[in-house]
Amino acid sequence: MKHLLVITFLMVTGLVSAQTKYESGMAKGFEQMKAAKTAEEMTATASFFERIADAEKDKWLPYYYAAYANYLTGWMNPNADKDKVGDKSKDLITKAEILEKNNADLFVLRQMVAVMQLTVDPMSRFQSYGAQATEAIENAKKADATNPRIYLMEGRYKMNVPEAYGGGKEIGKALFIKSVELFKTYKPASEMHPSWGKDQAEQMLEQVSK
Amino acid sequence: MKYLVVLLTSFFAFLVAHGQVKINGSVRDMKSRIVAGANIVIKGSYDGTTSDSTGHFSFKTMEKAEQTIVVSNIGFKSVEQKITIDKELMELNFALKEEISELKAVVVTAGSFEAGDKKRASTVLSSLDVVTTGGANADITSVLKTLPGAQQVGEQEGLFVRGGAGYEAKQFIDGTMVNNPFYSSVPDIAQRGRFSPFLFKGTVFSTGGYSALYGQALSSVVILESIDLPDQSQVSASLSTVFLGAGFQELAKNKKSSWGINYGYTNVWPYFQIVKQGVDYFKIPEFHSADANFRIKTKGGMIKYYTTFSKNDLGLRRPDIDSLNLKDAFALNNTNWYNNLSWREFLGKGWKMNLGLSYSTDKTIIDQQLQNQQNIPVDGGNAWMKTKTYSLNNLSDLSQIKAVFDKRISGISILRFGSEYMYAYNKSIYNTLPIVLKDHFVAAFAEADLNITNDLALKLGARLEQSSLLNKANLAPRLAIAYKTGNGTQVSIAYGDFYQKPENNQLMFPNNLGYTKAQHFIANYMKVTTLQTFRVEAFYKKYEDLVKTFPNLNNDGTGLAKGIELFWRDKKTIKGMDYWISYSYLDTKRDYLNYPQSLQPNFAANHTASIVLKRFITKINTGFNFTYTYATGRPYYNIRYETTHSKYTIADQGKTIDYHNLGFSLNYLTKIFKSYAVVVASITNVLGSNQVFGYNYSLNGTYKEAITPVAPRFFFIGCFLSWGVDRRQDAINNNL
Repeated sequence: MKHLLVITFLMVTGLVSAQTKYESGMAKGFEQMKAAKTAEEMTATASFFERIADAEKDKWLPYYYAAYANYLTGWMNPNADKDKVGDKSKDLITKAEILEKNNADLFVLRQMVAVMQLTVDPMSRFQSYGAQATEAIENAKKADATNPRIYLMEGRYKMNVPEAYGGGKEIGKALFIKSVELFKTYKPASEMHPSWGKDQAEQMLEQVSK
Repeated sequence: MKYLVVLLTSFFAFLVAHGQVKINGSVRDMKSRIVAGANIVIKGSYDGTTSDSTGHFSFKTMEKAEQTIVVSNIGFKSVEQKITIDKELMELNFALKEEISELKAVVVTAGSFEAGDKKRASTVLSSLDVVTTGGANADITSVLKTLPGAQQVGEQEGLFVRGGAGYEAKQFIDGTMVNNPFYSSVPDIAQRGRFSPFLFKGTVFSTGGYSALYGQALSSVVILESIDLPDQSQVSASLSTVFLGAGFQELAKNKKSSWGINYGYTNVWPYFQIVKQGVDYFKIPEFHSADANFRIKTKGGMIKYYTTFSKNDLGLRRPDIDSLNLKDAFALNNTNWYNNLSWREFLGKGWKMNLGLSYSTDKTIIDQQLQNQQNIPVDGGNAWMKTKTYSLNNLSDLSQIKAVFDKRISGISILRFGSEYMYAYNKSIYNTLPIVLKDHFVAAFAEADLNITNDLALKLGARLEQSSLLNKANLAPRLAIAYKTGNGTQVSIAYGDFYQKPENNQLMFPNNLGYTKAQHFIANYMKVTTLQTFRVEAFYKKYEDLVKTFPNLNNDGTGLAKGIELFWRDKKTIKGMDYWISYSYLDTKRDYLNYPQSLQPNFAANHTASIVLKRFITKINTGFNFTYTYATGRPYYNIRYETTHSKYTIADQGKTIDYHNLGFSLNYLTKIFKSYAVVVASITNVLGSNQVFGYNYSLNGTYKEAITPVAPRFFFIGCFLSWGVDRRQDAINNNL
């Protein structure tokens, strides 16, 4: 019965077009992203968001999600060429940044991409990509220090940095606590704005508290 | 209930499907190779898809009539095609043209090893590798010796590359030549390089076929690029068994400029008390070194200044080879001041400028005596005794200016040209006889980097030089071609003529000498993935106009070197382990100096191989590094002047035993007094292998003595501390 209601609802809304094309497109993208189980499906989601972005021209969010979905493929596919994936994501982030200046979530995404590329060869890339990651987090804090994803991602990076270089489990833990704390009161700017990360932050905190 | 759902959805699907058009097709490149992951989109709509692993795509659209399809993929030029949607099924095939991009374009690799993370593709060694190579004691040259092409010469400093002598390899910092890159020579003991590896972000070790920007080196150039702004302000200190040091580096708040100073003091007295040396040091080696720098970020570039001052003293005594009653006493005092100012700037419109200015002055005072058993100087009575009693006071200054302009022509192709001027002043006082050499040296060069496609690159260059001292000019052409043969694989070839002035000690005497010359032919195959590098290189090198010192000073010397070299680096196969293997085969002969005929020179071994292993264990914050080096024996000769025939002959010759060296180091990362600390322990020649670098002969030729290291092993324990101002800030933020 529930299904029927949903379907009728979808049909009706589809027909009367209460949603704009952009909104329904984004909604479809979010559904695809949630449903994506394989790297291929995630790549398809990323390109879908990119198509929306290219068509809309003045919206940064579809570029953000395109970059984010594309980034996820780098982890979903164990054989992914992380540099290639990273370059593509950076390309999309740059396009988003032209439309939305100084956004904490875009900086966080930059950090995530830098960390992904760092993992390709941590010993020799620590200096260059580590510095990029740190800079991105600093910029994110300047843009909006209350964004909980900053501390989630900073924590995920720092917990893997050797203690001697200013990282470690304890530093990670403090950051996850801060992230979880901020998520309690966090409200995304709109339904479409990034809101992910709460579950992750809680999981990470649980993991490091063991 | 279920039926109703199916019914409704299929009804809905029907409604939608009715107006839909299916578009199928494929995407390939200009060579008909599959392009996977390309985006296909109807412009202005959300409809589209990506090409699959076979290059095919399929999608549905509701759009009608005249539309534009855009096909794009990273690294390719986007294609737009107008279509009219009027059928239910449309078939479209696209061919994309590759964009010539710096990341994808093939790079000429013949002859050179690049270190640093600048161009991912050609990275073979990173700056970090220099400090974590077992047994290398953070000496750049020692690490370069683990790469193919370099000889394991332990009795004198310098890089002996592909049958070339040490002075045929030159070092450049930020574009300008370094006059005295090593601490002053001591007989039979190799000296370290003057520059710390921490100063440089990138190192290119070229074993031949290098760019027209560099000259006056017959066999090799080491191109060092200094670091830009540091990541943060920091205070550092180091403490070890042989030296103490402290430094300060400040990065301005706006991160646009920085300055720093360092001081280091080396005294091996405590070390020599514990580890006995094979020679008697009457003046324990002592070094003071200080350096300072500033870096300023400009609108589109950077101005950097670096200066280093060092002063060292040492004196050592060995038994004299010609007389059991006498000793040879050698004392050296050296003062060196080096300055380098460089400015690189993007001038807009595809123009880039690199200016380099350097000045160095080096003063070496050598006092050589014969002493009796009570260490009291003995005045030379005989002629042979006189040659061992002398003082040498040598001053050498080099002032240099170099300007290089880059102009981006089409795509990523670059035209590069420039000029350099060097003024060298050398004054030697041998006992009381002063000899002054002055040279105004001018060079102009031009070079084009042409990227014809992503797969084909060409480097064409020429260099024109004129030395006032020789009063001669030379023109050296250079050429290199690289072709990408597949994913990560490429072949390159390089050709070049190289000229070099004779050494000062040859030019000091009346002569009519001209440039010495080498011609390089190199072919190289390389396969590179992110974590693995395989490289094989073959070379043929022809020497002409080498300096002969007999019967008079002339340019009649010749030489030949050929060989093949292998390199394999792998960070993938064993997780957490990084290793590289290099092997060099060298076949070389030369007729120069007082050689009576063409001979394999005493610095050349036929086979050389190195294995370098590095493993960092995160759990214990410790890295373990091993380096094993092997070389076959090197020839040695006793070349004597035979008065009866008035010529040089080989009175005796032989081959040294094979060379083995296992070096080990470990580095442990920790925190000491709130500082980030690295504790380093290292040891050379762990196995205590007997190393013989050659033989010295007595004057009458009846007695020979092996040249060996002054101690079988070198032990080092040190601790490097740094307090990062910004990192402390980090820690505060984290606790908020």
